[in-house]
Amino acid sequence: MTSEPIAIAQQTLLEPAGLATGDLDRVMQNLLGGGIDTADIYLQATRYESWGLEDGIVKEGTHSIDQGAGIRAVAGEKTGFAYSDDITTSALMEAAKSARSIARRGDEGTRELAQTSRPPSLYLPIDPLRSLPEEEKIALLKRLDQECRAIDPRVEQVFVSLSGSHEVIMVMGQDGATHGDVRPLVRLNVSVIVEDGGRREQGSYGGGGRTDYQYFLEGDRASEYAREAVRQALVNLDAEEAPAGSMTVVLGSGWPGILLHEAIGHGLEGDFNRKGTSAFSGRVGEKVASPLCTVVDDGTLPGRRGSLTIDDEGTPTACTTLIENGILKGYMQDKLNARLMGVAPTGNGRRESYQHLPMPRMTNTYMLAGPHDPEEIIQSVKKGLYAKNFGGGQVDITSGKFVFSASEAYLIEDGKLTRPVKGATLIGNGPDVLTRVSMVGNDLQLDSGVGTCGKDGQSVPVGVGQPTLKVDGLTVGGTRVQG
Amino acid sequence: MSSNPIPAAEQAQLDQLKSLVADCIQETRNQGATGAEVGVSMESGLSATARLGEVETIEHHRSRGLGLTVYIGQRKGSASTSDLSPAAMRETVAAACRIARHAAEDPCAGLPDAGLLATEFPDLDLYYPWAIEPEAAIELAVACENAARNHHADISNSEGASLNTFEGLRVMGNSLGFLHGYASSRHSLSVSVIGERDQQMQRDDWWTVARDARDLQSPEEVGRIAAERTIRRLGARSLSTRQCPVIFASDVAASLLGHFIGAIRGGNLYRKSSFLLDQLGKPVFPDFVQIHEQPHLKKALGSVPYDAEGVRTVPHHLVRNGILESYVLSTYSARKLGMTSTGNAGGVHNLIIDPGTLDQAGLLQKMGTGLLVTELMGQGVNLVTGDYSRGAAGFWVENGTIQYPVEEFTIAGNLRDMLKTLVAVGNDVDLRGNTRTGSIMLEQLTIAGN
Repeated sequence: MTSEPIAIAQQTLLEPAGLATGDLDRVMQNLLGGGIDTADIYLQATRYESWGLEDGIVKEGTHSIDQGAGIRAVAGEKTGFAYSDDITTSALMEAAKSARSIARRGDEGTRELAQTSRPPSLYLPIDPLRSLPEEEKIALLKRLDQECRAIDPRVEQVFVSLSGSHEVIMVMGQDGATHGDVRPLVRLNVSVIVEDGGRREQGSYGGGGRTDYQYFLEGDRASEYAREAVRQALVNLDAEEAPAGSMTVVLGSGWPGILLHEAIGHGLEGDFNRKGTSAFSGRVGEKVASPLCTVVDDGTLPGRRGSLTIDDEGTPTACTTLIENGILKGYMQDKLNARLMGVAPTGNGRRESYQHLPMPRMTNTYMLAGPHDPEEIIQSVKKGLYAKNFGGGQVDITSGKFVFSASEAYLIEDGKLTRPVKGATLIGNGPDVLTRVSMVGNDLQLDSGVGTCGKDGQSVPVGVGQPTLKVDGLTVGGTRVQG
Repeated sequence: MSSNPIPAAEQAQLDQLKSLVADCIQETRNQGATGAEVGVSMESGLSATARLGEVETIEHHRSRGLGLTVYIGQRKGSASTSDLSPAAMRETVAAACRIARHAAEDPCAGLPDAGLLATEFPDLDLYYPWAIEPEAAIELAVACENAARNHHADISNSEGASLNTFEGLRVMGNSLGFLHGYASSRHSLSVSVIGERDQQMQRDDWWTVARDARDLQSPEEVGRIAAERTIRRLGARSLSTRQCPVIFASDVAASLLGHFIGAIRGGNLYRKSSFLLDQLGKPVFPDFVQIHEQPHLKKALGSVPYDAEGVRTVPHHLVRNGILESYVLSTYSARKLGMTSTGNAGGVHNLIIDPGTLDQAGLLQKMGTGLLVTELMGQGVNLVTGDYSRGAAGFWVENGTIQYPVEEFTIAGNLRDMLKTLVAVGNDVDLRGNTRTGSIMLEQLTIAGN
């Protein structure tokens, strides 16, 4: 079997249905014509599995196969879309007919330029589901259960989940060129409940990426997830009420970069800015962060969860500078919004599946390292909060208000971490939170490969990252009102 | 537009899906399963979105799916496919059986007790297909958006209005002989607009949803309400940190009941991941609170004749006079707890908290000074400990009247205390979801602001 993604895509998506690229050409010819500016045909087949352990046993697993085709026709700002879970010529023709009904009458439309060639793959075209015998998947989960319990007798419940997916896509643009991609993705997660004197707390940690299950067997990686989950839970057993109010907050490196995803990332997606609905609309060239801040969205990092060799429109992904030394540089674009805004697509056109329309989405969004030693950052704070780990977040694009919820945090008193405090939600205003960044660490880290981003009901895997950051004034949503 | 009984064409399709489910159950036997549960669904729909008076997208939906769980003795495996061909079905059964052969024996695994399966199938009046053409759908969306945009000079932009219509067939069966299917529909119209004043932008929305399109609010009404909700947010200020009483407007109050349900769900109880462990028979709310499930309400959005496992659903109290009377259990979680399924595999169906006598204005009077929350942000809820901390926006209230909009603050407390110190439930019940509640007033939360 060949390992060229486009050849694998043809074998997986076209050959079982007795189709050839020429058949897609015919569908495309039907789709194009009077009043249609652009169109694409997206074929996808995904196999997914998950295994779950609780009560010390692997008691269940699931397996799913989902495949189909999504067909889109665009006239100006208008999009017609139809999909089918049947990949046959007749189903594709019918979907094309539905999609092209959006066409304007008697209008010629402006055509897109032909696509550039395919960049080198950022991951191997492998099938993670077959990368490990079932017995070894189960053995891995059981080993982690035992390791968690061996760390501390207060560990009462252990949940371990392992999942993998093998996604093959093919997209044909209106120029007739086809692009294929084979996208492996794996994820391992460990959660524990600890109990001490009737008090219960949880901790959770995991990771993954665009690779196969062997990744978790490398070195000490999986055991590290187990240790980290138990450590977080035990810290929370001693956590006191979190403070309430505005204070200096130091954010840890890595996953706390969800700050960037919520506070500025979504607000810099092209669709919101074309429509003028984002708090960042029309602000390219303005200062939106302290000069210490440079933020990029980079889909080209090999093997990362948020990375893609090509996006779901066939555009090669890129490293797009969003903010450079505090100045807003640009937006993340898919083809539609790039064309309507008169700029180039940035490889951010993503979709959850063939059943959904693509739109501008983030890949791996992170802030570059700065000059400060993380220790020095903590030491500079007289009174504040150090937030080391987070759960999820959310943003209101229009008002700019965003939240993200800390799951592990400590008080900083006189430059030292003193007591752990309970998780709390942090809230701020996207367009000005980064202007209050006064120190940036030299310890840039990306997250371990756990992020999933939701937008308009569509979920896609993403990455985030940042060095340790000091923000002078962020609202911490605890329960303890300070005197 | 038609109503029950199910038209002949749909009945024929249902019969076809039933025989597919029966074939699939036979296939699981052929491949060595000792028990099986199979569900098949077909759905079609149309989504039409208009923005700034023009069509933006028209999406045609048509999807199918088959999901199954097999048992080999006490071992379980699940699989699903979007391909309903016989070959794909056989492969899917094989995948589930392969997983079951590798899974561990679990004494609680298995199909529901036969005696609990539904045997009567009340007509719940859930199917009102709407054969609306894309052009007509766009017209409704445009009318809705126009009503919002023309409502006030400060409405400056729009995220668009959408009309969505879905109809579907669902059949489920198991190897104990259960085999049933039904049709349902769901239609909605929504709009989201942006207002601008003194360089501040705010966005808000409104939506209407129903089984029967004739029960939807008019496009003009939906547009007007969305515009009013947006305009009233303009001029939002921050709040200083304080503790005060809080009213959750009815459309966000449902989330509080959602956290309560999460805490009494069997899966969280047997995993000891709940702040309400061992509370059955004990007071968890004040004594005036009644919470019940009404799974058989005609035309209601949460109505089902049986749960996701075919177990019959019955109207019942979860909380009576403030006392927790029932957990929310599936077959598996019930067995783990040594109890009986409550017909809640897949969740609760039409959860209702009995309304009080005051409308929202009456609740504001009762509160005097405090916070009215109309929007919540983020997921800062820990069901293990009950710790609650979420972003919010709303209105500051003094002397029972709204003073000004407020934003960029959090509200925090512990859910155990929040439920116990619930002060009143309004009669302004929001009927648009699976949870029916009026606005809810709580004694006190911590507000963190600037």
